[in-house]
Amino acid sequence: MLDGRGSIKRRLGARLWLSGTWLGIMALLALFAPLISPHDPLAQDLFAGRLPPFWASGSDPAYLLGTDSLGRDVLSRLIHGARIAFSVALIAGLATAIVGSMLGLLAGYLRGWVDVVISRLVDIWMAFPPVLFAILLIAVLGTGLTSIIIAIIVIDWTRFCRVVRAEAMNQSAMDYVSSAIVAGRPRRDILWREILPNVLPTIVALSTLEMGIAVIVEAILSFVNLSISTDAPTWGGMIAEGRTSIYQAWWVLAFPLGVLFLTVLSFSQFGEGLKDRFDPVLR
Amino acid sequence: MSVTLIGAAVVVFFVIRVVPGNPIAMMLPPGATEEDIARLTAHYGLDKTIFEQFWIWLAGVFHGDFGTSISLRQPVMPLVLGRLPATLELAIFALVIAVVIGGAMALTGVRHRETRTETAIDVANGVGLSIPDFLWALILIVLFGVLMPVFHISGRISPSLDLPFVTQFYVFESIARLRFDLWWDLLKHMFMPALALAIPLAAIISQLLKQSLKETMHLDYVTLSRTKGYSENHVILSEALPNAVLPTLTLIGVQFTFLIGGTVIIERLFSYEGLGNMAIDAVINRDLPLIQGIVIVFALLFTIINLVVDMTYALLNPRLRHA
Repeated sequence: MLDGRGSIKRRLGARLWLSGTWLGIMALLALFAPLISPHDPLAQDLFAGRLPPFWASGSDPAYLLGTDSLGRDVLSRLIHGARIAFSVALIAGLATAIVGSMLGLLAGYLRGWVDVVISRLVDIWMAFPPVLFAILLIAVLGTGLTSIIIAIIVIDWTRFCRVVRAEAMNQSAMDYVSSAIVAGRPRRDILWREILPNVLPTIVALSTLEMGIAVIVEAILSFVNLSISTDAPTWGGMIAEGRTSIYQAWWVLAFPLGVLFLTVLSFSQFGEGLKDRFDPVLR
Repeated sequence: MSVTLIGAAVVVFFVIRVVPGNPIAMMLPPGATEEDIARLTAHYGLDKTIFEQFWIWLAGVFHGDFGTSISLRQPVMPLVLGRLPATLELAIFALVIAVVIGGAMALTGVRHRETRTETAIDVANGVGLSIPDFLWALILIVLFGVLMPVFHISGRISPSLDLPFVTQFYVFESIARLRFDLWWDLLKHMFMPALALAIPLAAIISQLLKQSLKETMHLDYVTLSRTKGYSENHVILSEALPNAVLPTLTLIGVQFTFLIGGTVIIERLFSYEGLGNMAIDAVINRDLPLIQGIVIVFALLFTIINLVVDMTYALLNPRLRHA
């Protein structure tokens, strides 16, 4: 039994380490993008269009991962794309967590009409296909980074709200809350000082998950040409461009796809790993 | 249920009326006079206040009239109903794939529990769950559309084929007409998008079913049947599975609505002529009546599925049967 738990622990550790390392590298690339990237991500060189990556014949060592149809450096665009992806991930992920958890806490703790209203809103929101809702919102708000972030918050707050509401209801039924009530603590105090700290691990885990989702939403919006601007270096925009020239230049699609895959996987594994770390049974 | 639907209608109606960009201006040829614009605006009822527009639209909806599409200049209802079967066939095909893959993985994992096989299945579940359908679709396009071109990655059916169909349910009708050549062509088109939609759901099914099977395997009645000398396969399939399957069934219902939501972008990626692809075009063209119609149909679909899930649950759960 003890051995089994040890091996689970080791596996969890590896998962946290691997995903954390990848996210760390990406975050550093995002932070120092202008210093690291070998070329201007927007610079076009029409004489060097669709150059293959360095190991293939006909490549140019100046462009390690090749170029797209307009002769823009794939590597530089990837690095600058990390910037946009991570800005969206952090800001939208955290803001969605705050808005959704707040409403979930209120609904689960106060109950009554507050709960009825919030739960009904969640039901209504769940009746929309999220991608369609996102595209609709971008059509309303206009393209741009701020619009994407607002759209993600408006669509995904329900994910936090549902989970946190259930969790807050569970916690409210616990003895420590009853004793706090008996001790005459004000309700606001109980909510922020007693219940919130106990729900926080769940919120943290969900937040990293949400960051991965935010990166995907940005990619999907870029793909339908509704993200930032058509030549801004976003991973989704690169994928959309690569999709059209997939038979002539597979690398324009494959590299951003691979990076996006690993990043989304890492965000979710990092969240799962954190959740298990906080889990008192496994700790 | 109806409150949710009306709520959804209200939200979408008012959200899309904030959309900048005049659909009328996009319809008219250059050089149209002010008078033309005014006439067309009145024709689509866009000169009335937003509340009046809402009442007119809502009254129409109760009579099955969703208005007229601005970009396609046809009534919305037949347009939407014409595309819905394609999306339903894709979603149901994806559901079947997910149940088959997920079920097989769960059963294999339980049959070989506490071995490397189970660890491999756990890892596969983890990856399947973490990556959304949009990325699976792109990966499948690169792998099976370009590197190993076995399946079609664009469209619903080969355009060169003569279609004898009278309904839009091509897959069902091709079977009914015994036209297996068409049926095979449809399947070859549907397989990639359906698989992309199915992978995350398969991982969820596999994970949950395996977990509840493993819990059931520890119960006394399972031990009893094992001491009676039944084989391990018999014990899993005939004794444990019927009792362990209920939570998974409920989950499949909820997840199926997410899967249908996923068809919007997946249809776009594979140029599949379904409702979702039409929806994106409708947003790009600022076709307000069409957007409303499509969103309401999606919301109705989700609500019906949830209702069916609740009813199935009551039927299957003996504890709720007489309640």
